[in-house]
Amino acid sequence: MVAGAAASRLSAAPQDYAIEPGEAGEAGGRLVVALRSEPKTLNPILSVDATSREVIGALNADLVHINRATQRTEPALAKSWTISPDGKRYVLRLRQGLKFSDGAPFTADDVVFSFALYLDEKLHSPQRDLLVIDDHPISVKKLGDYTVAVDLAKPYGPAERLFDGLAMLPKHLLEPAYREGRLAQAWGTAAQPQDLAGLGPFRLKLYVPGQQLVVERNPYYWKRDQSGKPLPYLSELTFVFVSSEDAQVIQFQSSETHLLERVNADNFAVLQKDAKTKGQCLLDLGPGLEFQFLVFNQNQLDPGKFRELTAKQTWFRNLKFRQAVSLAMDRRGMTRLVYGGRATPLWGNVTPGDKLWLNDKLPHPERSIEQARQTLQDAGYSWDSSGGLLDAQHRPVQFSILVSSSNAQRTKLAALAQDDLRQLGMDVQVVPMEFRALVDRLLNTKDYEAVLMNLVNGDVDPTPEMNLWLSRGETHLWNLGATKPPTAWEAEVDRLMEAQMTTRDPAARKTLYDRVQELAAQNLPLIFLVSPNILVAAQSTVGNFHPAILEPYVLWNAEQLFLRRAGAAQCP
Amino acid sequence: MPNRLRTVILISFLALLHLALLFAGFFAPYDFAQQHRDLPFAPPTRLHLVDAAGTWHAWPFVHSLRANVDGSDGYTEDVAQAYPLRLFVRGNAFQIVGPWTAHVHLFGVASPGQIFLFGTDDFGRDELSRMLFGGRISLFAGILGATAALSVGAFLGVLSGFYSGWTDAVIMRTSELFLALPWLYLLFAVRAILPLRVKTTDAFLLFIVVVGLVAWARPARLVRGIVLSARERHFALAARAMGASNFHVLRYHILPEIYVLLLTTAALLIPQFVLAEVTLSFLGLGVGEPIPTWGNLLIPMQKYSVLRSYWWLCLPAFALVLLFLAYHWASTTLQAALGEVRS
Repeated sequence: MVAGAAASRLSAAPQDYAIEPGEAGEAGGRLVVALRSEPKTLNPILSVDATSREVIGALNADLVHINRATQRTEPALAKSWTISPDGKRYVLRLRQGLKFSDGAPFTADDVVFSFALYLDEKLHSPQRDLLVIDDHPISVKKLGDYTVAVDLAKPYGPAERLFDGLAMLPKHLLEPAYREGRLAQAWGTAAQPQDLAGLGPFRLKLYVPGQQLVVERNPYYWKRDQSGKPLPYLSELTFVFVSSEDAQVIQFQSSETHLLERVNADNFAVLQKDAKTKGQCLLDLGPGLEFQFLVFNQNQLDPGKFRELTAKQTWFRNLKFRQAVSLAMDRRGMTRLVYGGRATPLWGNVTPGDKLWLNDKLPHPERSIEQARQTLQDAGYSWDSSGGLLDAQHRPVQFSILVSSSNAQRTKLAALAQDDLRQLGMDVQVVPMEFRALVDRLLNTKDYEAVLMNLVNGDVDPTPEMNLWLSRGETHLWNLGATKPPTAWEAEVDRLMEAQMTTRDPAARKTLYDRVQELAAQNLPLIFLVSPNILVAAQSTVGNFHPAILEPYVLWNAEQLFLRRAGAAQCP
Repeated sequence: MPNRLRTVILISFLALLHLALLFAGFFAPYDFAQQHRDLPFAPPTRLHLVDAAGTWHAWPFVHSLRANVDGSDGYTEDVAQAYPLRLFVRGNAFQIVGPWTAHVHLFGVASPGQIFLFGTDDFGRDELSRMLFGGRISLFAGILGATAALSVGAFLGVLSGFYSGWTDAVIMRTSELFLALPWLYLLFAVRAILPLRVKTTDAFLLFIVVVGLVAWARPARLVRGIVLSARERHFALAARAMGASNFHVLRYHILPEIYVLLLTTAALLIPQFVLAEVTLSFLGLGVGEPIPTWGNLLIPMQKYSVLRSYWWLCLPAFALVLLFLAYHWASTTLQAALGEVRS
């Protein structure tokens, strides 16, 4: 619809502009945002971490984009697309006359080239997994200078959402490196501005390691505002690197930065104290797509190597044990004490932020220590004279919960869980640990008893969660590397997840995924705890500030952001 | 007599402080791990003598707290309910020494009233109780660490100074080796190779053993110096000339010379080791939750939001300053006082 309007109003324009609705802004200005870490790479093919993706997002564009506010797809570099009746062929028509930020034209050749890179097994692109449907990689063909066809082995449930986040790359700049096998080294953080080109609203201007990364307005950008003024409004966007959140908050309070991407509830409360006098907009966007959970080690382990741990796994594999743990969790207390009420208690894997997919019929059993104790007793557990829990073999129930030491909130959640479980007679120790060491134990050595951690869903769709739920999935955290589903319910989840991925009818997919949520809530492979709200802040001089619960929360509409010269304080 | 008076005041202050920490269970109104999940970050409870109607009372009372209904951070007092302060109340059971337990606490208020004289932390745990229990661990880690370091140091120092020759050479070169060891990094390294689940008592003992092992070198060198000079004094030589044994000379002529030194060194080492424990726990490598120490009580101070909003969580830092000052003055006063006695 947006593209249609563009064609009629700007038929004389050499480019197929996209028109963005929104407040008409003032051109110029320099917006400053703090990042928690430095980008590891500027290469869209190789980026894994959130920081790199955020910067890459400002420099690049995709064919079809998920609008972070509406959560629906909209035309981006592809002006329109059609899907064949069998759901296996997508024909995309590209905008014509578009140019990369270095002035070179963008055509179907660039699209075919970009997909070749994403699909190249030797490059190990993290996006490759999403482009392999039912074990067959998608194939991309050029039909004309501005038309491409994408063929899938099977119909794909999320349909054109597939194309979101896949940056289209300049063939003229990257092909030589790719031919010589140097693509993995191209566009690293040492790259010079003239080596890079993209279709995003900004292009690289300056990168000072340890300090800042500056991007400037892309003069060839393909979006305009409703009055026909070119976007982006900002002439520069500066990312400064500030590793601690507290320091970011202090900088924001002294107006050194314009936006705060993610604030924890404690700092949000501090900011609230003088938001009015300082002219700052603080927004609580409600639950995001992040969920905190407790997971017990149910991996198949070598009993010779992990004698004590394998003995404890008889508890962890016992559903009644996990039910008792879940019943003892004071989720409401966690929301209040850890997040100052700015979070939602969870009993399933889908957060209330994902309104389209949430199964709202899942039961929300209230916390009950008595019921938890009864459940344990039914499973053959007993208590010694001092109240300590003993299993059926009269061994005391003792285990440790690993938690990332860098995340104060999760450490606090773990301390609350520890106290809750103490009331069941479990002797639990919380072990804060450096995050990478924790992930290594969780995914590689499997030397842990329980872990309290979080996951963030990338999209409001079940498909990105395939790796978590499939029993052979790479992040099937509680039991990794199983060749076949160890339990009947996991076998059912495998079938359901595979079916939802290749079903095109959204209602049918919802029914399938509802059942997955039900099975997860019944069998508790993860003990779901809470989903924190997304809290963001901006100086009130920032115009078109419309943060969303999908990443990147505040910079998703970077091309529309502008700075008001007359500081009229307006918060959305 | 101002000197003597000062000594008496200081010693009694330190003795009281140590007693309060030793019997933390009695002086603390709550258990250190008891959470009041409805009252996180409650400010220090006010003791009132005048009620809402303006009437004076002879005995202090407190009001219960309610979270602000307007959603803002903080609490208001519910003046409708008054709970008089009570002495020697029954409460949670606590250990006195070993298996002995008791129920009586110095003060408290009737349920459902709450009294948090130093406020509460993020889990609604009473900060005063946590400071008392936490001080017990921090302070006794310091005292035991100092005892270990001084015993090893004094023994080796006397051996070294008295026998000289190769014994001296071996001990002194070893001490130089230990002086060069950065103890904090050594503790990090030892902590890293230990299993994930370390009991609090083990972590505590480990701390003392490592500190004792590393810190003996400096006292040993000081003791050696004193012994070397005492050995050559006329009275020691005279005793030897009259056929006194090595043991006799040591016991009656040399050891008395080092007592003063040991006491002053102890008064210097204890706060130093308390600080070591505090540093380690502050960095999250010492004793873990929910057991408090003065170090891990200060962890919340790493957060900007706490610094801005909850001043009462700084109180453990003031307790530390007070303790260090008291020990410092005690060491100077002791030295002066003992010097007077000797002369």
